[in-house]
Amino acid sequence: MSRRAVITGVGTVAPGGIGTKAYWKLLSEGRTATRAITHFDASPYRSRMAGEVDFDPVREGLSVQEVRRLDRAAQFAIVAGREAMRDSGIEFDQLDPGRIGVSLGTAVGCTTSLEREFIVGSNSGKYWEIDQSYTVPHLYEYFTPSSMAAELAWMVGAEGAATVVSTGCTSGLDSVGYAAELIAEGSADVMITGGTEAPLSPITVVCFDVIRASSTRNDDPDHACRPFDRTRDGLVLAEGAAILVVEELEHARRRGAHIYAEVSGFASRCNAYHMTGLHPEGIEMSDAINAAMKQARVRPTQIDYINAHGSGTKQNDLHETAAFKRSLGQHAYETPVSGFKSMIGHSLGAIGTLEIAGCLLAFEHGIIPPTANLHEPDPECDLDYVPLVAREKEVDTVLTVGSGFGGFQSAMVLSRVDGARG
Amino acid sequence: MTRAVVTGIGIASPNGLGPTAYWRAALHGEAAIKPITRFDSSGYWAKIAGEVPGFEAGRHLQGRLLPQTDHMTRLTLVGTDWALRSAGVRPNDIPDNDMAVITAATAGGYEFGQRELQKLWLQGPEYVSAYQSFAWFYAVNTGQISIRHGTRGPGAVVVSEQAGGLDSIGHARRHLRKGIKLALTGGMDSSLCPWAWVAHQASGSVSRSNDPKRAYLPFDQDAGGYVPGEGGAIMVLETPESAAERPGTRVYGEIAGYAATFDSRMPSREPGLRRAAELAIADAELDASDIDVVFADAAGDPVLDRAEARAISAIFGPYGVPVTAPKTMTGRLFAGGGSLDVATAVLSIYWSAIPPTVNVRNPVPEYELDLVLEARHVPVRAALVLARGRGGFNSAIVVREYR
Repeated sequence: MSRRAVITGVGTVAPGGIGTKAYWKLLSEGRTATRAITHFDASPYRSRMAGEVDFDPVREGLSVQEVRRLDRAAQFAIVAGREAMRDSGIEFDQLDPGRIGVSLGTAVGCTTSLEREFIVGSNSGKYWEIDQSYTVPHLYEYFTPSSMAAELAWMVGAEGAATVVSTGCTSGLDSVGYAAELIAEGSADVMITGGTEAPLSPITVVCFDVIRASSTRNDDPDHACRPFDRTRDGLVLAEGAAILVVEELEHARRRGAHIYAEVSGFASRCNAYHMTGLHPEGIEMSDAINAAMKQARVRPTQIDYINAHGSGTKQNDLHETAAFKRSLGQHAYETPVSGFKSMIGHSLGAIGTLEIAGCLLAFEHGIIPPTANLHEPDPECDLDYVPLVAREKEVDTVLTVGSGFGGFQSAMVLSRVDGARG
Repeated sequence: MTRAVVTGIGIASPNGLGPTAYWRAALHGEAAIKPITRFDSSGYWAKIAGEVPGFEAGRHLQGRLLPQTDHMTRLTLVGTDWALRSAGVRPNDIPDNDMAVITAATAGGYEFGQRELQKLWLQGPEYVSAYQSFAWFYAVNTGQISIRHGTRGPGAVVVSEQAGGLDSIGHARRHLRKGIKLALTGGMDSSLCPWAWVAHQASGSVSRSNDPKRAYLPFDQDAGGYVPGEGGAIMVLETPESAAERPGTRVYGEIAGYAATFDSRMPSREPGLRRAAELAIADAELDASDIDVVFADAAGDPVLDRAEARAISAIFGPYGVPVTAPKTMTGRLFAGGGSLDVATAVLSIYWSAIPPTVNVRNPVPEYELDLVLEARHVPVRAALVLARGRGGFNSAIVVREYR
């Protein structure tokens, strides 16, 4: 008897608002939440925009001590995690803690805190031998991002397997895939999983500046991320988190849980091509899609909606468009495809789970959020990208994909669980 | 169930490069903790580390790779080359999409990151390397291995501090069970730069002693912390069927069991290490009595040592199993430590010997451990490897003779 992994709780911290209600309102209205950077003086940089979260950690329930100790990414994860726990309706203290696990995705961990401490300890770069007398006592917790998975495990009381899954910009998908694997193999009954990222600091902005991956539409930050549009010129960096409760199907059924969808297929592939580049043929992403569909036992024609990576670079648009065609054939032309990064930017290791969360809400509402800012379709991208306005459509099977630095390509199939509709 | 065997081992350790040199050193108890040479440690209270000596990246890697890689990535790439060579895997032996890469990380390419942070803040944004976007992040080693060897199967990176080396191998075994033929797995780590050193000192876990022989003494009455080191092991893990396609392939041993747990913060609850070990032994379909040696996590901290000794005694009884910690020779290698211990356990099985725990003179009697203080030449059919990561991560792997 194979064990199936279903999602029963969702929590989000996204640009445009905290909590899934605000998130869905933004997505379904096709509004954008990217803006000129306010977190720091971005004037020296090439790209000066981001999807920033307006986040008051104390108002969101964190103690002053937690705020001082935890990197912003960990704070996001806790706030999103608490919402997911509440949403699931699970009484966690009634479960066997050994059957609860954690897998958290993040691409750059506690970089913002590390950079801040570097500036202090090196006196703005003057010393190679960093002065320890000025750095925070809990510096080691920033040094390795597993500290954030530990925070989530403590929050939920988990004593099962816990880890961080860090595969760059596919971390948000891969962490949830990892959780589903642990459920399927029987290592856990309930997993707290998802992605978090708070990368908005100079060093991260520069990383994307120097390879010219980010947009320079600085005079129009609201509309800077334009996937599949002829005028797109790069990604817009962002922050955020989404945490899910993933549960074994019978475990969820026994307690009469609301089931959003099943993680019915997941696969990742390396492209063995380039650390930051994508091959235009999209072969490895297509391989990942095929493997995920095979595991989910769905045919290409059953895919009702594709949630694209849609980062806003031409290279990506051609890559994934080719991959969708390669895997879905003619059906690719008949399937709505949209990209949420056009609205909330690219939050690296968090975005994959934010996209899953948006797909789950699309299941709930029978509405497919659009690709914002898509006014002038790139003739080389000839699929139905749901421009500007959300579309009413009941979905039963959704494909969501991601690409990341390092050559990672991931695909996940989410399926409505039989009889759970309506 | 699909089995997973180790056919290739690449090692970069402070006491030996390559499995042969390393094994000889480990068996002879050659300690390699020494004063730091990689940066000026005079301003820090901790001044010793396990550095990998004699590693010249330029001799092994193309020049174009050097400006885009941190030291830990260079170690990883070379270690991977050696692992594939020792497994006798040549290009095109195995379909590219049947090969996975699953590595562990703790802090990414930290030395690279420090250099670029300094350029950013001292000189300006235009001086930052175009490679910074990937050279420092946790996923870099998996991506670089995949590109170097053209692997187009699954890729992943796990971070669970010092337990991650075991988790990567456990996760690689999952992929073999899902139909992948071969996985490159394990971890190599290095963070010997001032910026990392400040974090290590802040951890509160690093020894205050700068005497290389007295600084890292797990299970000893004088235990007072550990010494950081660099290096680790990358292994070729594959199915027996895949190995059989290359006649003459040496099978070092089998990864027979794996489990991971997390510690509760409630003092009333037992730490998860014992459960991880028991689950891994059960996963291997073995009994505790089948285990011939335990490669301990050996934190070198009195509280953690006591907890580990309790877990071992609870499973095996007092003095019930030989326990060793070859990492006393190298220092703790973070993402590389767990995988080097697994490689060492595999070599123990292959060569029928248990390498010693060095420098420990006065084991705490109440721990009731049969600590291996001199190498023992005995048959080893199955070994349990334990690892813990800061915050409460516990992982266990059972390695077994392959029959």
